[in-house]
Order: sequence, then C-alpha cells, then structure tokens
Amino acid sequence: MKPAPFAYTRPGSLAEALATLAGDPDAKVLAGGQSLVPLLSMRLAAPSALVDINGLPDLDGVTVTASGVRVAALARHADVLASAEAAAVQPLLAMALANVAHPTIRNRGTTVGSLVHADAAAEMPVVLSLLGGSVDAASTAGTRTIPAAELYVGPLQSSLRHDEVAVSAFFPALAPGAGVAFEEITRRQGDYALCGVAALVDGASVKVGYLSVSDVPTVVDLSGIPVEEMGEAALAHLEPADDIHATADYRAHLVRVLTTRVVRSAYDDARGRR
Amino acid sequence: MTEELHPVRLVVNETAYDIRVPARRLLSDALRQDLGLTGTHVGCEHGVCGACTILVDGKPMRSCLLFAVSAVGVEITTVEGLTNADGSLGPVQQAFAECHGLQCGFCTPGFLTTITAGLRDNPDPTHDEAREMIAGNLCRCTGYQNIVKAVERAAVLGAES
Ligand SMILES: Cc1cc2nc3c(=O)[nH]c(=O)nc-3n(C[C@H](O)[C@H](O)[C@H](O)COP(=O)(O)OP(=O)(O)OC[C@H]3O[C@@H](n4cnc5c(N)ncnc54)[C@H](O)[C@@H]3O)c2cc1C
Ligand code: FES
Ligand code: FES
Repeated sequence: MKPAPFAYTRPGSLAEALATLAGDPDAKVLAGGQSLVPLLSMRLAAPSALVDINGLPDLDGVTVTASGVRVAALARHADVLASAEAAAVQPLLAMALANVAHPTIRNRGTTVGSLVHADAAAEMPVVLSLLGGSVDAASTAGTRTIPAAELYVGPLQSSLRHDEVAVSAFFPALAPGAGVAFEEITRRQGDYALCGVAALVDGASVKVGYLSVSDVPTVVDLSGIPVEEMGEAALAHLEPADDIHATADYRAHLVRVLTTRVVRSAYDDARGRR
Repeated sequence: MTEELHPVRLVVNETAYDIRVPARRLLSDALRQDLGLTGTHVGCEHGVCGACTILVDGKPMRSCLLFAVSAVGVEITTVEGLTNADGSLGPVQQAFAECHGLQCGFCTPGFLTTITAGLRDNPDPTHDEAREMIAGNLCRCTGYQNIVKAVERAAVLGAES
C-alpha cells in the first residue's frame, strides 16, 4: 500500500521546524523514517503533514565526554555504532546497537527516533532506561530535559509532546568498577527480539532491563537476589505475551535463562575492565 | 483535491533527473515510475525483504522507506549503476552469473547493491561474514547457498580487477 497524502516541509532551521509543529497538531516529525514510513504505507498512521528534520544543521553528531555520550537527533544508528569513543565510555551502546535491525536499516534509522518511538520491543529505549539517561526536547516554548524514567508512559507512547522535536539523547558513562552486558534471542538475526536483556552491575547493585516481554521498556532492580533466582523475581514485574513469534511461556523461559546469563556476563565485563 | 507536486532533483547513477512528485511518492516508486529505472524491485514495501535496496552516498538503504522529496542532495546508485563503464557486468553481477546466484531474479537487485557496498567495507570476507552481509535480504527462491558463493566469488573478482 501507499501512504495517504500529506503536506511536506523540509525546514532549514530548528526554529522553523518548531513553528510548523506548533501550528499543526496533526503534523509529525520525519527522521530516518524506518518506523514511520512503514506505518504510513500500511495506513496505520495518516498525519496531515510531515516535518522532515533531515535538512536541519548541527543535529548529526555523536559527542563523547568523560560523563557520557550525547547523540544528536540525526545521528544514525550506524554512526553511533561506529564510534569507538562512544563504545569506550559506555560499552552497552555498541553491545545493544549491533542487535538493532540490519546494517541497511541502521544506515538510515536514528537512535533518537528509536528512543521517542518508544517501542517496547526496541533495544535503545531499554538501554536509555537502564542507564538512567535522558532526552532533550525543544519546542517554541523552550527546551526541557526528559529523564528516561519519565519518557515511557505506555505502549508506543512517549511523554514527548506533538509540538516537540527531540534534539538529542544523553547516555551516562559506565562508572569505574561497573559492568554491562546485553543479549537477545531472535528468530532470525536482525529481527525484533523474542526477549532481550541488558544488565548493569556495580558492586552489589544489579539492575536489569527487558525488551519484548512487557508493554513498556522495563528496568528491574534485582540487587540482593541470588543470581539463579533473578529471572523468576523479574517476572513479577514483566508481562510476557503470546504472539505469532513465540508463546508467553517460552518468553518467560527466556527471561529466566537470559537474566542469569546476562548478569554473569556483566560481572565478567566488570572484572575485565579492572 | 489535487495533490501538491514538489520539484525534486534526484541524482541517480551520476545522472541528474528533475521530476515533480507528490510528497508521498516513495523513492522506490519514483525510481521505477518517474525515472523508468525498473531494475530496483519492490517486494514487501515495509523494509523487510531488501529487494528495493539502493545505495545512498554509497551506503545501502531501503528505497521503499525513503520519500523521493527527502532524497535530495545525495548520490543514488541503483542496480543499473553497477555495470562496468564499458557496459559489461560488474564483479558482483558477474559472480552471480557464474555461481547461479539467482533463480527468478526478483530479489537480485537488492542483493547486488547490498553486496557491492558490503565488499567495499570488507573486501575479503570470511564465510560467516559473507553470510552476515546478506542477512537483511530475503530470497523467496531460497538460493542462499549460491548467493553466499557469489559473495565469495565477487570478492575474488574484485581483488583481481
Ligand atoms: C525491517 C526493520 C527492522 C527493524 N528492526 C529493529 C530492531 O530489531 N530493533 C529496533 O530497535 N528497531 C528496529 N527497527 C526500527 C528502527 O530502529 C528505526 O530506525 C527506529 O525505530 C526509528 O528511528 P527513525 O529515525 O527511523 O524514526 P522515524 O521512523 O522517522 O520516526 C519514528 C517516530 O518517532 C518520531 N520521531 C523521530 N525522530 C524524532 C525527533 N527527533 N523528535 C520528535 N519525534 C521524532 C516520528 O514522528 C515517528 O512518530 C527496524 C526497522 C525496520 C524497517
Ligand atoms: S520492498 Fe523495500 S524492503 Fe521490501
Ligand atoms: S531468486 Fe527468486 S526471490 Fe531470489
């Protein structure tokens, strides 16, 4: 199928983009289009207008400092994955990004777009939530910082307002002594995961993020629980569901198996960095 | 309601084309219908099959997930642009012919563009890397074994040329 008609603008400045969004509540931002264009073609979405942000200046960088990695709105998944500096400061980024779709999709899809698209089956929203990162959003009213804990409000729903452009995301650096790991199970390499698990350990603190086993990206604090029992404990906070790809039981099984495995790898990762 | 048409300049295989298209015209459709470059095939039209893969500034992308109006200021390469300057088959095309890398040929344009870019990044792939290179493309005739052989053969042909 083909998209329904829409008006199109490709603003040359952020101010122009924000003014257009403020003037039309049915307008949508077009970034990489790797989630939006399929929705348009299947007519699951029919916005009145698209505001194409691909022509905006100064929005395509990955900036790395000792405190973390700032990813601007037009940085593609491939750009973030290719940054050795980003991987050195926060290794979980590259670990997870290698599982986001195929290279061809990563060449166009943006990391910030994925964060605000808020798909609970996507890798990066879980990573942002686990690390306690944030998204900076601009509107004609000014700029605000949305902490990950306040970003995900429902299935495919973020707290970004329709008149806002997410201009960047910030992923905090890995603390000295801490470790991270990521693993997911897919039917075919590059597919959305049946279940994915990211872990952040720091001494006795164990935090684990889950994708594809709940409606929203979910992080569970499993500190103090024996590692073999962590998956079972996490299931109290998750809602694995049946679909054509896997049963709820199988997904729950993956939660148990992957949690133990990924937490152990995160401790190995921490030891390896000493 | 008549739909607004946008003037767009597409640069495809080193040729500039000036067209007027509605904003919703997918790049895949612009290539095929407005430019007559029907080598790019459209299978799923939602990013999954890879048949429509083209190169944008040398990087593989799905043309069914780009709008023509948004593809300005870039150099596009389609399967028609993969032949040698003298019109003979390029190394990846030659390898597909030699290794029987296609049956019906529907998926082939997307494989050829993807592998061309893949071998540019990694001219001497291992067997596993050759498989990984094509993991995002589907072939309904499931001739994957011969397609993997074609990747490896194209690497040899590329090294010789
Ligand atoms: C075949 C296929 C497989 C995929 N597999 C995976 C996978 O395994 N894991 C995964 O995580 N993703 C996957 N994706 C999705 C991919 O990661 C997308 O790139 C990403 O979800 C969205 O980024 P985008 O830049 O393409 O956003 P778009 O598609 O342009 O936009 C998505 C939504 O976010 C909004 N938006 C985007 N950017 C901004 C911004 N800066 N400010 C405000 N609003 C904005 C848009 O309005 C839209 O509602 C897959 C996609 C395809 C086609
Ligand atoms: S037609 Fe574009 S990926 Fe299938
Ligand atoms: S050769 Fe027929 S689909 Fe691949």
